[in-house]
Amino acid sequence: MAVAPIQIEKPRSTYKNERPFPFCPGCGHTLILNHLDKALTKLQIDPAKTVIVSDIGCVGLSDQYFTTNAFHGLHGRSITYATGIKLANPDLNVIVFIGDGGTGIGGTHLINAARRNVGLTVLVFNNFNFGMTGGEHSVTTPHGAITATTRHGNPEWPLDICATVGVNGAGYVYRGTSFDKDLPDRMTEAIEYDGFALLDIWELCTAYFVPNNDFGRKEMLGLVDTLGLETGLLHHRQVTDYAHRMRELAADMAGKPTLPLKPIETAYPNNVTRKFHLVLAGSAGAKVRSAAKLVGYAGVMSDLWVTQRDDYPTTVKTGHSISEIILSPEEIRYTGVAKPDALVLISVDGLKKAGRHLANMTEDDILFTIPQFADAPTKARKVILDPKKAGIRVTRTNLALLLTAAALRELNLFPIDAVEEAVQRFQTRFADQNLPVIAASANLL
Amino acid sequence: MAKEYIDGATAIARGALAAGCDFFAGYPITPATPILLHMLNELPKVGGVGIEAEDEISAIGMCIGAAMTGVRPMTATSGPGISLYSENIGLAIMGETPLVIVDVMRMGPATGGATTPAQGDVQFVRWGTSGGYPVIALAPSSVAECYTLTQRAFDLAERYRTPVFILVDKEMNYAMATVDIDEYVDAPVGQRPLVPQSLPEPAVVDGVRVNAATGQPDPRLRPEETYLPYDFNPVDAVQPTSPFGGPHITRFTTSSHDEHGFLTKDAEKVKRLNDHLRLKILNHRQEMEFGISDLQPEADTLFISYGTTARAMREAVDRSREAGQPVSGLTLHTLWPVPENLILDAVAGHRRIIVAELNHGQYIREIERLVYRDAAQKRILPPEIIGLDRADGELITPEQFLGMVNG
Repeated sequence: MAVAPIQIEKPRSTYKNERPFPFCPGCGHTLILNHLDKALTKLQIDPAKTVIVSDIGCVGLSDQYFTTNAFHGLHGRSITYATGIKLANPDLNVIVFIGDGGTGIGGTHLINAARRNVGLTVLVFNNFNFGMTGGEHSVTTPHGAITATTRHGNPEWPLDICATVGVNGAGYVYRGTSFDKDLPDRMTEAIEYDGFALLDIWELCTAYFVPNNDFGRKEMLGLVDTLGLETGLLHHRQVTDYAHRMRELAADMAGKPTLPLKPIETAYPNNVTRKFHLVLAGSAGAKVRSAAKLVGYAGVMSDLWVTQRDDYPTTVKTGHSISEIILSPEEIRYTGVAKPDALVLISVDGLKKAGRHLANMTEDDILFTIPQFADAPTKARKVILDPKKAGIRVTRTNLALLLTAAALRELNLFPIDAVEEAVQRFQTRFADQNLPVIAASANLL
Repeated sequence: MAKEYIDGATAIARGALAAGCDFFAGYPITPATPILLHMLNELPKVGGVGIEAEDEISAIGMCIGAAMTGVRPMTATSGPGISLYSENIGLAIMGETPLVIVDVMRMGPATGGATTPAQGDVQFVRWGTSGGYPVIALAPSSVAECYTLTQRAFDLAERYRTPVFILVDKEMNYAMATVDIDEYVDAPVGQRPLVPQSLPEPAVVDGVRVNAATGQPDPRLRPEETYLPYDFNPVDAVQPTSPFGGPHITRFTTSSHDEHGFLTKDAEKVKRLNDHLRLKILNHRQEMEFGISDLQPEADTLFISYGTTARAMREAVDRSREAGQPVSGLTLHTLWPVPENLILDAVAGHRRIIVAELNHGQYIREIERLVYRDAAQKRILPPEIIGLDRADGELITPEQFLGMVNG
């Protein structure tokens, strides 16, 4: 067995592999990729620390001809993969190959990566049409140009890619053509640049755009003037790339415990012998769910099993807020409430939504409510609680807790002390507001 | 006994963190948002990265890109977001990307009911991308199970290098529940197979370079390669990989590819890739059959359910037995691949099978397929299979189950 050691690496003279590029004769892709090879060779970049992320289209074939890592993903989404790679490992050089087609379909990703200044190098292979699918028009097709989908001339105006990313904060922005002699130098700068770098490189699609529009090198250079666009290095700003910035901003979080367990030990007795269903019916934004949660914590502290399901509109601060609480001496599987044993009716919004519950309740059940709803349609026994007797200022945001605490005193499921302790342990920030409300609830009975 | 009072979203986030999740990208959507908020708050504490992406497409795209650097990503959304994930789910399958996707189901179609529980995405997650390739999907039915099954999801995603869904619903994610903290059971979480970091010694034998993944000389290695990233040998074996930034060059592609990761239309190589993507899951289905069989030998009726609906089922089973009426219950934790042995073992001996789900009858198709095929093979009469469905935004109640015990 002949055994050889690992060879020491020599300086790299190329980052291309031995396979020839597959593009049509005269296609700009070949020129641009050769420029990139020069840039990579100049940088002597570590291929294992470099990822080429390619979009879809003819340009999407390109990653296969380099000796770096490669990621060939879906149409228009190359920027999202590149962002994920860079955020997860900011030490990697991430180079994106995208066409004018991918720029169009993935426009929002491009804008957001520019806005965030994700440290990517984006090379736009901009040949004014879709080369792979038959020469259809793209977001950069010039006005009036003939393509497979604009046979009578393009009625649209082209997207200015550089202006779009530039106005949204991209740190390094360059516009040029595949014929520019300084492209390898610009690519080298862009790869070494910390933030988001984009090179909009105009090039010829000899299969479609060139023959359809009698469009050559001269016409392409002329188009820059016709459109009144600047070329060359358009932006070169000092920025920190997003991956480092987000880590710096959250640096003081490091090592803190994540979602620690909050075990609740039994501290109070209870008088619950079977499942007890308690419903709070009030208005969204009026702390109904918060009051319900206190019942839950207090119940668990009183050796009960508790569930709570809430119903409220997506607007959060308007409309109804219904909390259905089950308190049980045994583990609860089903969290729905068919018929409340007690219902605390707090507001008109609650009344509108609690109709089904009110109708189902019987003489054995209790409705706790304010004088305004003394005539609420239900067979349940009514306990009218007058907030005027509370002796504190009653507001939209403390009425739910006031009535719920009064109901709990009357129902005597567990000591009211459990609710007070729940406030101190689980709603610490609001303890100063909520404890007097719980105390005042005694005055209502 | 110490207890906790928490919701499913917190348990899922905790399960993810316990499983080593260190990357999360998501886009706000009711009722999945609480998971996004937890993960963005918590990940910086463990040196991870959490980001609110510009849309669902970028959320899953970022996760897939990040996964290739070796991190353990998770994302969370609801049905409308799964629609936008669809194409990238295919990419994650094709690229053999470990990725956990939480689908907090809400009532559809389209925007449907944002705050309304439903289980309408069960077939959608299975068939929601082109090509029809298998995925894994788990469905917890309690808050404690949210914790454990999230860890299992990471384990399966890593070991099988594939997207794994966690199917919950608004009820499971949001409803507060009491949990005996002893019920938080940690599941073992493995790691995707990795190519050894260091190159083999000797590096060359008889003029042929040695493959870092197999330790064997391999004349197929290209000059820049140290291993073959897609050499499926045997075809159902999960292939070792190497993260971007590691010592080995790795190619990842959405297109049909050969052993090097180059695009190919060679029928033999395409078949091998496609067989691999199927068989690495289906040939190992017995290793991912999770559920709770609560069977009574004298029972005529077997309830089968999953997720939130299984909670009502388990209550109904208890109540029926207390009333002296035997009944069996099967809670499925694995939905995909279909846990065939678990289901057929539970079905055996029952005359009536009630499949309950918060949709118009989706998983019952799998039960029917399995049970009828099994009966045909055994030349026996199959049991009656009946759906208990609901799609009005309300939960299936224990009373609905109880009403079906006796037919």
